[in-house]
Amino acid sequence: MPMIDIDHVSKFYGDFQVLDDCTTTVDKGEVVVVCGPSGSGKSTLIKTVNALEPIQKGDIRVDGVHVNDPKTKLPKLRARVGMVFQHFELFPHLTVRQNLSLAQVKVLGRRQKEADDRGIRYLERVGLAEHKDKFPGQLSGGQQQRVAIARALSMDPVCMLFDEPTSALDPEMINEVLDVMVQLAKDGMTMMVVTHEMGFANKVANRVIFMDSGRIVEDASKADFFGKPRSERAQQFLAKILHH
Amino acid sequence: MFGNFDWDVIRRSLPYLFRDGMTFTVTLTVLAMSGGLMLGTILAMMRLSSVAILSRLAGAYVNLMRSVPLLLVIFWFYFLVPYIGGYLFHQLYLLNPNGIGKVLVDAFGYQVEAGRPIQVGAFASSLITFTIFEAAYYCEIMRAGIQSISRGQMYAGYALGLNYWQTMGRIVLPQAFRNMIPVLLTQTIILFQDTSLVYVLSITDFLGAASKIAQRDGRLVEMYLFAAFVYFVISFSGSLLVKRLQVKLAVIR
Repeated sequence: MPMIDIDHVSKFYGDFQVLDDCTTTVDKGEVVVVCGPSGSGKSTLIKTVNALEPIQKGDIRVDGVHVNDPKTKLPKLRARVGMVFQHFELFPHLTVRQNLSLAQVKVLGRRQKEADDRGIRYLERVGLAEHKDKFPGQLSGGQQQRVAIARALSMDPVCMLFDEPTSALDPEMINEVLDVMVQLAKDGMTMMVVTHEMGFANKVANRVIFMDSGRIVEDASKADFFGKPRSERAQQFLAKILHH
Repeated sequence: MFGNFDWDVIRRSLPYLFRDGMTFTVTLTVLAMSGGLMLGTILAMMRLSSVAILSRLAGAYVNLMRSVPLLLVIFWFYFLVPYIGGYLFHQLYLLNPNGIGKVLVDAFGYQVEAGRPIQVGAFASSLITFTIFEAAYYCEIMRAGIQSISRGQMYAGYALGLNYWQTMGRIVLPQAFRNMIPVLLTQTIILFQDTSLVYVLSITDFLGAASKIAQRDGRLVEMYLFAAFVYFVISFSGSLLVKRLQVKLAVIR
Protein backbone atom coordinates (compact mmCIF):
# COMPACT_ATOMS: atom_id res chain seq x y z
CA MET A 1 0.00 0.00 0.00
CA PRO A 2 1.44 3.39 -0.98
CA MET A 3 1.96 6.01 1.72
CA ILE A 4 0.28 8.72 -0.35
CA ASP A 5 -2.27 7.67 -2.93
CA ILE A 6 -3.70 10.41 -5.14
CA ASP A 7 -6.50 8.97 -7.23
CA HIS A 8 -8.16 10.86 -10.12
CA VAL A 9 -8.21 14.17 -8.23
CA SER A 10 -9.83 17.27 -9.71
CA LYS A 11 -10.23 20.67 -8.10
CA PHE A 12 -12.08 23.79 -9.22
CA TYR A 13 -12.15 27.41 -8.15
CA GLY A 14 -15.62 28.21 -9.44
CA ASP A 15 -15.39 27.53 -13.14
CA PHE A 16 -11.61 27.48 -13.20
CA GLN A 17 -10.11 24.04 -13.03
CA VAL A 18 -6.88 23.98 -11.01
CA LEU A 19 -6.32 20.23 -10.92
CA ASP A 20 -7.41 17.94 -13.72
CA ASP A 21 -7.66 14.23 -13.03
CA CYS A 22 -4.35 13.86 -11.20
CA THR A 23 -3.27 10.35 -10.27
CA THR A 24 -0.02 9.34 -8.64
CA THR A 25 1.38 7.56 -5.61
CA VAL A 26 4.27 7.96 -3.21
CA ASP A 27 5.52 4.74 -1.64
CA LYS A 28 6.95 4.44 1.83
CA GLY A 29 10.51 5.71 1.87
CA GLU A 30 10.18 7.18 -1.59
CA VAL A 31 11.17 10.73 -2.53
CA VAL A 32 9.02 12.25 -5.26
CA VAL A 33 9.80 15.65 -6.74
CA VAL A 34 6.96 17.64 -8.31
CA CYS A 35 7.99 20.31 -10.79
CA GLY A 36 6.45 22.40 -13.52
CA PRO A 37 5.90 26.00 -14.57
CA SER A 38 4.27 28.39 -12.12
CA GLY A 39 0.50 28.16 -12.11
CA SER A 40 0.62 24.52 -13.11
CA GLY A 41 -1.09 23.42 -9.89
CA LYS A 42 1.83 21.72 -8.16
CA SER A 43 1.50 23.68 -4.92
CA THR A 44 -2.24 23.11 -4.95
CA LEU A 45 -1.73 19.40 -5.47
CA ILE A 46 0.59 19.05 -2.51
CA LYS A 47 -1.80 21.04 -0.29
CA THR A 48 -4.62 18.64 -1.11
CA VAL A 49 -2.66 15.81 0.48
CA ASN A 50 -3.28 17.13 4.00
CA ALA A 51 -6.59 18.75 3.02
CA LEU A 52 -5.39 22.34 3.31
CA GLU A 53 -7.04 22.58 -0.11
CA PRO A 54 -10.31 20.65 -0.50
CA ILE A 55 -10.93 18.68 -3.68
CA GLN A 56 -14.14 18.27 -5.65
CA LYS A 57 -13.47 14.96 -7.37
CA GLY A 58 -11.38 11.90 -6.71
CA ASP A 59 -9.86 10.37 -3.62
CA ILE A 60 -6.68 10.85 -1.61
CA ARG A 61 -5.39 8.36 0.95
CA VAL A 62 -2.52 8.95 3.32
CA ASP A 63 -1.29 5.82 5.08
CA GLY A 64 -4.66 4.24 4.30
CA VAL A 65 -6.75 7.13 5.69
CA HIS A 66 -9.21 8.78 3.32
CA VAL A 67 -8.38 12.49 3.46
CA ASN A 68 -11.68 13.72 2.05
CA ASP A 69 -13.97 11.47 4.04
CA PRO A 70 -16.06 13.81 6.24
CA LYS A 71 -15.62 11.30 9.07
CA THR A 72 -11.83 11.62 9.01
CA LYS A 73 -10.46 13.60 11.94
CA LEU A 74 -8.35 16.07 10.00
CA PRO A 75 -6.25 17.40 12.91
CA LYS A 76 -5.21 13.84 13.74
CA LEU A 77 -4.31 13.12 10.13
CA ARG A 78 -2.47 16.40 9.64
CA ALA A 79 -0.43 15.84 12.78
CA ARG A 80 1.05 12.77 11.06
CA VAL A 81 1.88 14.62 7.85
CA GLY A 82 4.71 17.12 8.16
CA MET A 83 4.54 20.20 5.96
CA VAL A 84 7.13 22.81 5.09
CA PHE A 85 6.01 26.02 3.42
CA GLN A 86 7.59 28.36 0.92
CA HIS A 87 7.46 31.27 3.38
CA PHE A 88 8.45 29.18 6.43
CA GLU A 89 5.35 30.21 8.42
CA LEU A 90 7.06 30.03 11.77
CA PHE A 91 4.97 31.70 14.45
CA PRO A 92 6.69 35.08 14.90
CA HIS A 93 5.33 35.75 18.39
CA LEU A 94 6.76 32.51 19.80
CA THR A 95 10.37 31.54 20.42
CA VAL A 96 11.95 28.77 18.39
CA ARG A 97 11.48 26.37 21.31
CA GLN A 98 7.79 27.29 21.63
CA ASN A 99 7.34 26.96 17.87
CA LEU A 100 8.60 23.40 18.13
CA SER A 101 6.65 22.35 21.20
CA LEU A 102 3.23 24.02 20.74
CA ALA A 103 1.60 21.38 18.54
CA GLN A 104 3.36 18.50 20.33
CA VAL A 105 1.67 19.59 23.56
CA LYS A 106 -1.69 20.68 22.11
CA VAL A 107 -2.18 17.95 19.54
CA LEU A 108 -0.15 14.96 20.67
CA GLY A 109 -0.70 15.62 24.37
CA ARG A 110 2.99 15.45 25.25
CA ARG A 111 4.27 17.07 28.42
CA GLN A 112 5.96 20.42 27.96
CA LYS A 113 9.33 19.02 29.11
CA GLU A 114 9.12 16.03 26.80
CA ALA A 115 8.08 18.26 23.88
CA ASP A 116 10.95 20.67 24.56
CA ASP A 117 13.50 17.84 24.73
CA ARG A 118 12.29 16.34 21.50
CA GLY A 119 12.17 19.74 19.82
CA ILE A 120 15.74 20.46 20.81
CA ARG A 121 16.86 17.06 19.54
CA TYR A 122 15.55 17.92 16.08
CA LEU A 123 16.94 21.41 16.38
CA GLU A 124 20.35 19.80 16.89
CA ARG A 125 19.78 17.71 13.81
CA VAL A 126 19.33 20.82 11.70
CA GLY A 127 22.27 22.43 13.49
CA LEU A 128 20.42 25.23 15.29
CA ALA A 129 20.25 24.11 18.93
CA GLU A 130 21.93 27.28 20.18
CA HIS A 131 19.12 29.41 18.71
CA LYS A 132 16.35 27.80 20.73
CA ASP A 133 15.44 30.91 22.71
CA LYS A 134 15.46 33.32 19.79
CA PHE A 135 12.42 34.59 17.94
CA PRO A 136 12.03 33.64 14.27
CA GLY A 137 12.57 37.24 13.20
CA GLN A 138 16.11 37.08 14.60
CA LEU A 139 17.09 34.22 12.28
CA SER A 140 18.09 34.23 8.63
CA GLY A 141 15.72 32.79 6.03
CA GLY A 142 17.72 29.58 5.74
CA GLN A 143 17.77 29.15 9.50
CA GLN A 144 14.03 29.80 9.71
CA GLN A 145 13.33 27.15 7.10
CA ARG A 146 15.50 24.64 8.97
CA VAL A 147 13.55 25.41 12.14
CA ALA A 148 10.35 24.85 10.17
CA ILE A 149 11.65 21.45 9.09
CA ALA A 150 12.54 20.60 12.69
CA ARG A 151 9.08 21.74 13.78
CA ALA A 152 7.45 19.36 11.31
CA LEU A 153 9.79 16.50 12.27
CA SER A 154 9.16 16.84 15.99
CA MET A 155 5.58 15.66 15.39
CA ASP A 156 7.03 12.29 14.23
CA PRO A 157 5.34 12.44 10.82
CA VAL A 158 4.91 9.38 8.61
CA CYS A 159 5.65 11.52 5.55
CA MET A 160 6.74 15.06 4.73
CA LEU A 161 5.39 17.55 2.21
CA PHE A 162 7.62 20.37 0.99
CA ASP A 163 6.00 23.26 -0.87
CA GLU A 164 8.79 25.10 -2.69
CA PRO A 165 10.96 25.15 0.44
CA THR A 166 13.81 27.11 -1.14
CA SER A 167 11.99 29.51 -3.46
CA ALA A 168 11.87 32.36 -0.94
CA LEU A 169 15.52 32.03 0.09
CA ASP A 170 18.55 34.04 -0.89
CA PRO A 171 20.76 31.90 -3.15
CA GLU A 172 23.51 31.47 -0.55
CA MET A 173 21.04 29.95 1.90
CA ILE A 174 19.48 27.39 -0.41
CA ASN A 175 22.11 24.74 0.17
CA GLU A 176 21.88 24.66 3.95
CA VAL A 177 18.18 23.80 3.58
CA LEU A 178 18.74 21.31 0.77
CA ASP A 179 21.46 19.58 2.82
CA VAL A 180 18.95 18.96 5.61
CA MET A 181 16.45 17.62 3.09
CA VAL A 182 19.00 15.33 1.46
CA GLN A 183 19.94 13.93 4.85
CA LEU A 184 16.26 13.38 5.61
CA ALA A 185 15.79 11.51 2.34
CA LYS A 186 18.82 9.35 3.08
CA ASP A 187 17.34 8.51 6.47
CA GLY A 188 14.39 6.98 4.64
CA MET A 189 11.71 9.65 5.13
CA THR A 190 8.82 9.53 2.67
CA MET A 191 8.86 12.89 0.91
CA MET A 192 6.81 14.76 -1.65
CA VAL A 193 8.69 17.86 -2.71
CA VAL A 194 7.54 20.70 -4.93
CA THR A 195 10.73 22.38 -6.10
CA HIS A 196 12.66 23.77 -9.01
CA GLU A 197 15.94 22.52 -7.59
CA MET A 198 16.80 19.94 -10.23
CA GLY A 199 20.11 19.26 -8.51
CA PHE A 200 18.20 18.06 -5.48
CA ALA A 201 15.90 15.98 -7.68
CA ASN A 202 18.87 14.45 -9.41
CA LYS A 203 20.56 13.60 -6.13
CA VAL A 204 17.79 12.03 -4.06
CA ALA A 205 14.52 11.75 -5.97
CA ASN A 206 13.19 8.32 -6.88
CA ARG A 207 10.62 9.77 -9.21
CA VAL A 208 9.86 13.10 -10.82
CA ILE A 209 6.37 14.36 -11.60
CA PHE A 210 5.97 17.12 -14.15
CA MET A 211 2.78 19.16 -14.12
CA ASP A 212 1.32 21.61 -16.60
CA SER A 213 -2.02 23.47 -16.42
CA GLY A 214 -3.39 21.26 -13.68
CA ARG A 215 -2.48 17.96 -15.26
CA ILE A 216 0.23 15.47 -14.43
CA VAL A 217 1.99 15.38 -17.77
CA GLU A 218 4.89 13.16 -16.85
CA ASP A 219 5.38 10.74 -13.97
CA ALA A 220 8.70 9.02 -14.48
CA SER A 221 11.68 7.59 -12.68
CA LYS A 222 14.48 10.07 -12.20
CA ALA A 223 16.63 8.47 -14.87
CA ASP A 224 13.83 8.52 -17.43
CA PHE A 225 12.82 12.08 -16.63
CA PHE A 226 16.28 13.58 -16.93
CA GLY A 227 17.31 11.20 -19.70
CA LYS A 228 14.44 11.27 -22.13
CA PRO A 229 11.23 12.98 -21.02
CA ARG A 230 8.38 11.76 -23.17
CA SER A 231 6.28 14.91 -23.39
CA GLU A 232 7.39 17.89 -25.40
CA ARG A 233 6.29 20.25 -22.65
CA ALA A 234 8.60 18.60 -20.13
CA GLN A 235 11.48 18.69 -22.62
CA GLN A 236 11.00 22.43 -23.10
CA PHE A 237 10.79 23.00 -19.36
CA LEU A 238 13.96 21.02 -18.68
CA ALA A 239 15.80 22.76 -21.46
CA LYS A 240 14.87 26.12 -19.99
CA ILE A 241 15.85 25.50 -16.41
CA LEU A 242 18.96 23.42 -17.02
CA HIS A 243 20.58 25.74 -19.61
CA HIS A 244 21.53 28.75 -17.56
CA MET B 1 -12.12 89.34 33.30
CA PHE B 2 -11.41 86.38 35.53
CA GLY B 3 -12.00 88.52 38.60
CA ASN B 4 -15.48 87.27 39.24
CA PHE B 5 -14.57 83.62 39.03
CA ASP B 6 -14.28 81.46 42.10
CA TRP B 7 -11.59 78.89 41.32
CA ASP B 8 -11.73 77.58 44.84
CA VAL B 9 -14.93 75.73 44.00
CA ILE B 10 -12.78 73.24 42.11
CA ARG B 11 -10.56 72.57 45.10
CA ARG B 12 -13.56 72.15 47.35
CA SER B 13 -15.29 69.70 45.03
CA LEU B 14 -12.21 67.65 44.14
CA PRO B 15 -13.01 64.70 46.44
CA TYR B 16 -16.54 64.43 45.05
CA LEU B 17 -15.44 64.90 41.45
CA PHE B 18 -12.84 62.20 41.58
CA ARG B 19 -14.06 59.77 44.22
CA ASP B 20 -17.59 59.61 42.83
CA GLY B 21 -17.37 60.92 39.28
CA MET B 22 -14.03 59.75 37.94
CA THR B 23 -14.32 56.36 39.62
CA PHE B 24 -17.55 55.77 37.78
CA THR B 25 -16.16 56.99 34.46
CA VAL B 26 -13.08 54.80 34.71
CA THR B 27 -15.05 51.76 35.88
CA LEU B 28 -17.49 52.12 33.01
CA THR B 29 -14.66 52.62 30.50
CA VAL B 30 -12.68 49.60 31.67
CA LEU B 31 -15.68 47.26 31.93
CA ALA B 32 -17.15 48.37 28.60
CA MET B 33 -13.74 47.98 26.98
CA SER B 34 -13.31 44.42 28.30
CA GLY B 35 -16.83 43.42 27.33
CA GLY B 36 -16.61 45.20 23.99
CA LEU B 37 -13.28 43.56 23.18
CA MET B 38 -14.59 40.08 23.93
CA LEU B 39 -17.84 40.56 22.03
CA GLY B 40 -15.99 42.39 19.27
CA THR B 41 -13.48 39.55 18.84
CA ILE B 42 -16.30 37.02 18.57
CA LEU B 43 -18.10 39.27 16.08
CA ALA B 44 -14.90 39.63 14.03
CA MET B 45 -14.47 35.87 13.90
CA MET B 46 -18.10 35.55 12.82
CA ARG B 47 -17.63 38.18 10.12
CA LEU B 48 -14.65 36.30 8.74
CA SER B 49 -16.36 32.92 9.05
CA SER B 50 -17.04 30.93 5.92
CA VAL B 51 -20.52 30.17 7.27
CA ALA B 52 -22.60 32.72 5.38
CA ILE B 53 -25.28 33.20 8.00
CA LEU B 54 -22.76 33.97 10.75
CA SER B 55 -20.89 36.54 8.71
CA ARG B 56 -24.16 38.18 7.57
CA LEU B 57 -25.50 38.38 11.09
CA ALA B 58 -22.31 39.95 12.40
CA GLY B 59 -22.17 42.29 9.40
CA ALA B 60 -25.74 43.45 9.96
CA TYR B 61 -25.03 44.03 13.64
CA VAL B 62 -21.94 46.10 12.96
CA ASN B 63 -23.63 48.15 10.26
CA LEU B 64 -26.62 48.85 12.47
CA MET B 65 -24.53 49.94 15.45
CA ARG B 66 -22.29 52.13 13.38
CA SER B 67 -25.20 53.88 11.69
CA VAL B 68 -27.06 54.90 14.84
CA PRO B 69 -26.01 57.79 17.12
CA LEU B 70 -24.64 56.56 20.43
CA LEU B 71 -26.97 58.86 22.34
CA LEU B 72 -29.97 57.18 20.74
CA VAL B 73 -28.72 53.73 21.65
CA ILE B 74 -28.25 54.85 25.24
CA PHE B 75 -31.81 56.17 25.35
CA TRP B 76 -33.37 53.19 23.65
CA PHE B 77 -31.60 50.80 25.88
CA TYR B 78 -32.48 52.59 29.04
CA PHE B 79 -36.18 52.67 28.19
CA LEU B 80 -36.55 49.41 26.28
CA VAL B 81 -34.45 46.88 28.11
CA PRO B 82 -36.64 46.79 31.24
CA TYR B 83 -39.64 45.89 29.08
CA ILE B 84 -37.78 43.38 26.91
CA GLY B 85 -36.30 41.85 30.05
CA GLY B 86 -39.70 41.73 31.70
CA TYR B 87 -41.20 40.06 28.66
CA LEU B 88 -38.40 37.49 28.50
CA PHE B 89 -38.62 36.78 32.22
CA HIS B 90 -42.34 36.22 31.92
CA GLN B 91 -41.99 33.97 28.90
CA LEU B 92 -39.35 31.94 30.69
CA TYR B 93 -41.63 31.71 33.68
CA LEU B 94 -44.51 30.44 31.53
CA LEU B 95 -42.22 27.96 29.86
CA ASN B 96 -41.44 26.14 33.08
CA PRO B 97 -43.17 27.66 36.15
CA ASN B 98 -41.73 25.14 38.58
CA GLY B 99 -38.16 24.93 37.33
CA ILE B 100 -36.56 28.02 35.89
CA GLY B 101 -39.70 30.04 36.66
CA LYS B 102 -39.33 29.37 40.37
CA VAL B 103 -35.67 30.37 40.26
CA LEU B 104 -36.65 33.63 38.60
CA VAL B 105 -39.38 34.39 41.09
CA ASP B 106 -37.08 33.62 43.99
CA ALA B 107 -34.44 35.90 42.56
CA PHE B 108 -36.56 38.76 41.26
CA GLY B 109 -39.86 38.40 43.08
CA TYR B 110 -42.76 40.47 41.87
CA GLN B 111 -40.96 41.46 38.66
CA VAL B 112 -41.84 38.19 37.02
CA GLU B 113 -45.34 39.12 35.89
CA ALA B 114 -46.97 39.78 32.55
CA GLY B 115 -46.25 43.30 31.31
CA ARG B 116 -44.16 44.36 34.29
CA PRO B 117 -40.74 45.81 33.44
CA ILE B 118 -37.69 44.60 35.31
CA GLN B 119 -35.35 46.98 37.08
CA VAL B 120 -32.07 47.23 35.26
CA GLY B 121 -30.53 50.28 36.83
CA ALA B 122 -28.69 53.10 35.18
CA PHE B 123 -25.23 51.60 35.62
CA ALA B 124 -26.07 48.16 34.22
CA SER B 125 -28.00 49.76 31.40
CA SER B 126 -25.16 52.09 30.41
CA LEU B 127 -22.61 49.29 30.73
CA ILE B 128 -24.60 47.03 28.40
CA THR B 129 -25.13 49.88 25.96
CA PHE B 130 -21.47 50.82 25.75
CA THR B 131 -20.41 47.19 25.52
CA ILE B 132 -22.64 46.36 22.57
CA PHE B 133 -21.96 49.69 20.89
CA GLU B 134 -18.18 49.55 21.25
CA ALA B 135 -18.18 45.89 20.23
CA ALA B 136 -19.13 46.98 16.71
CA TYR B 137 -16.07 49.23 16.50
CA TYR B 138 -13.71 46.75 18.17
CA CYS B 139 -15.06 44.15 15.74
CA GLU B 140 -13.94 46.17 12.74
CA ILE B 141 -10.53 46.76 14.30
CA MET B 142 -10.10 43.08 15.13
CA ARG B 143 -11.26 42.08 11.68
CA ALA B 144 -8.54 44.20 10.13
CA GLY B 145 -6.10 42.72 12.65
CA ILE B 146 -7.01 39.14 11.86
CA GLN B 147 -6.89 39.83 8.13
CA SER B 148 -3.42 41.33 8.49
CA ILE B 149 -2.12 37.90 9.56
CA SER B 150 -1.23 35.96 6.43
CA ARG B 151 -3.31 32.95 5.44
CA GLY B 152 -0.12 30.91 5.65
CA GLN B 153 -0.08 31.20 9.45
CA MET B 154 -3.51 29.60 9.56
CA TYR B 155 -2.29 26.88 7.17
CA ALA B 156 0.78 26.27 9.31
CA GLY B 157 -1.38 25.80 12.40
CA TYR B 158 -3.71 23.44 10.60
CA ALA B 159 -0.83 21.51 9.05
CA LEU B 160 0.53 20.81 12.54
CA GLY B 161 -2.84 19.32 13.53
CA LEU B 162 -4.17 22.28 15.51
CA ASN B 163 -7.91 22.81 15.14
CA TYR B 164 -9.66 26.09 14.30
CA TRP B 165 -9.92 27.31 17.91
CA GLN B 166 -6.35 26.39 18.78
CA THR B 167 -5.04 28.04 15.63
CA MET B 168 -7.08 31.17 16.29
CA GLY B 169 -6.35 31.32 20.00
CA ARG B 170 -2.65 30.45 19.93
CA ILE B 171 -1.45 31.78 16.61
CA VAL B 172 -3.70 34.26 14.84
CA LEU B 173 -5.34 36.26 17.65
CA PRO B 174 -2.17 36.90 19.72
CA GLN B 175 -0.51 38.35 16.62
CA ALA B 176 -3.63 40.26 15.59
CA PHE B 177 -3.97 41.75 19.08
CA ARG B 178 -0.36 42.82 19.11
CA ASN B 179 -0.70 44.53 15.74
CA MET B 180 -3.90 46.18 16.80
CA ILE B 181 -2.96 47.41 20.29
CA PRO B 182 -2.42 51.06 19.23
CA VAL B 183 -5.75 51.26 17.38
CA LEU B 184 -7.59 49.44 20.16
CA LEU B 185 -6.21 51.86 22.74
CA THR B 186 -7.12 54.85 20.59
CA GLN B 187 -10.66 53.52 20.36
CA THR B 188 -10.66 53.12 24.14
CA ILE B 189 -9.66 56.75 24.59
CA ILE B 190 -12.64 57.69 22.44
CA LEU B 191 -14.78 55.43 24.62
CA PHE B 192 -13.46 57.21 27.71
CA GLN B 193 -14.72 60.51 26.32
CA ASP B 194 -17.99 59.03 25.08
CA THR B 195 -18.92 57.72 28.51
CA SER B 196 -19.73 61.31 29.43
CA LEU B 197 -22.92 60.84 27.40
CA VAL B 198 -24.42 58.93 30.32
CA TYR B 199 -25.36 62.34 31.70
CA VAL B 200 -28.64 61.88 29.82
CA LEU B 201 -29.46 59.13 32.31
CA SER B 202 -28.65 61.51 35.20
CA ILE B 203 -25.72 59.33 36.20
CA THR B 204 -22.93 60.91 38.21
CA ASP B 205 -19.95 60.25 36.03
CA PHE B 206 -17.08 62.76 36.04
CA LEU B 207 -18.86 65.25 33.79
CA GLY B 208 -22.14 64.62 35.61
CA ALA B 209 -20.48 65.38 38.96
CA ALA B 210 -18.90 68.55 37.60
CA SER B 211 -22.21 69.60 36.14
CA LYS B 212 -24.05 69.05 39.42
CA ILE B 213 -21.59 71.19 41.36
CA ALA B 214 -21.66 73.79 38.62
CA GLN B 215 -25.39 74.15 38.84
CA ARG B 216 -25.60 73.97 42.62
CA ASP B 217 -23.00 76.71 43.10
CA GLY B 218 -23.71 78.63 39.93
CA ARG B 219 -20.09 78.13 38.81
CA LEU B 220 -20.68 76.82 35.27
CA VAL B 221 -17.64 78.32 33.56
CA GLU B 222 -15.17 77.20 36.21
CA MET B 223 -16.45 73.66 36.48
CA TYR B 224 -16.86 73.03 32.75
CA LEU B 225 -13.42 74.48 32.07
CA PHE B 226 -11.94 72.23 34.69
CA ALA B 227 -13.81 69.18 33.38
CA ALA B 228 -12.55 69.89 29.86
CA PHE B 229 -9.03 70.27 31.21
CA VAL B 230 -9.14 66.91 33.00
CA TYR B 231 -10.54 65.09 29.95
CA PHE B 232 -7.88 66.72 27.83
CA VAL B 233 -5.00 65.78 30.12
CA ILE B 234 -6.08 62.15 30.43
CA SER B 235 -6.93 61.64 26.76
CA PHE B 236 -3.87 63.46 25.49
CA SER B 237 -1.44 61.59 27.73
CA GLY B 238 -3.23 58.44 26.63
CA SER B 239 -2.54 59.20 22.97
CA LEU B 240 1.07 60.07 23.73
CA LEU B 241 1.44 56.71 25.43
CA VAL B 242 -0.10 54.98 22.43
CA LYS B 243 2.34 56.75 20.13
CA ARG B 244 5.32 55.59 22.17
CA LEU B 245 3.94 52.07 22.28
CA GLN B 246 3.57 52.13 18.50
CA VAL B 247 7.25 52.89 18.05
CA LYS B 248 8.17 50.13 20.47
CA LEU B 249 5.94 47.54 18.79
CA ALA B 250 7.29 48.50 15.39
CA VAL B 251 10.81 47.70 16.61
CA ILE B 252 9.78 44.30 17.93
CA ARG B 253 8.13 43.43 14.64
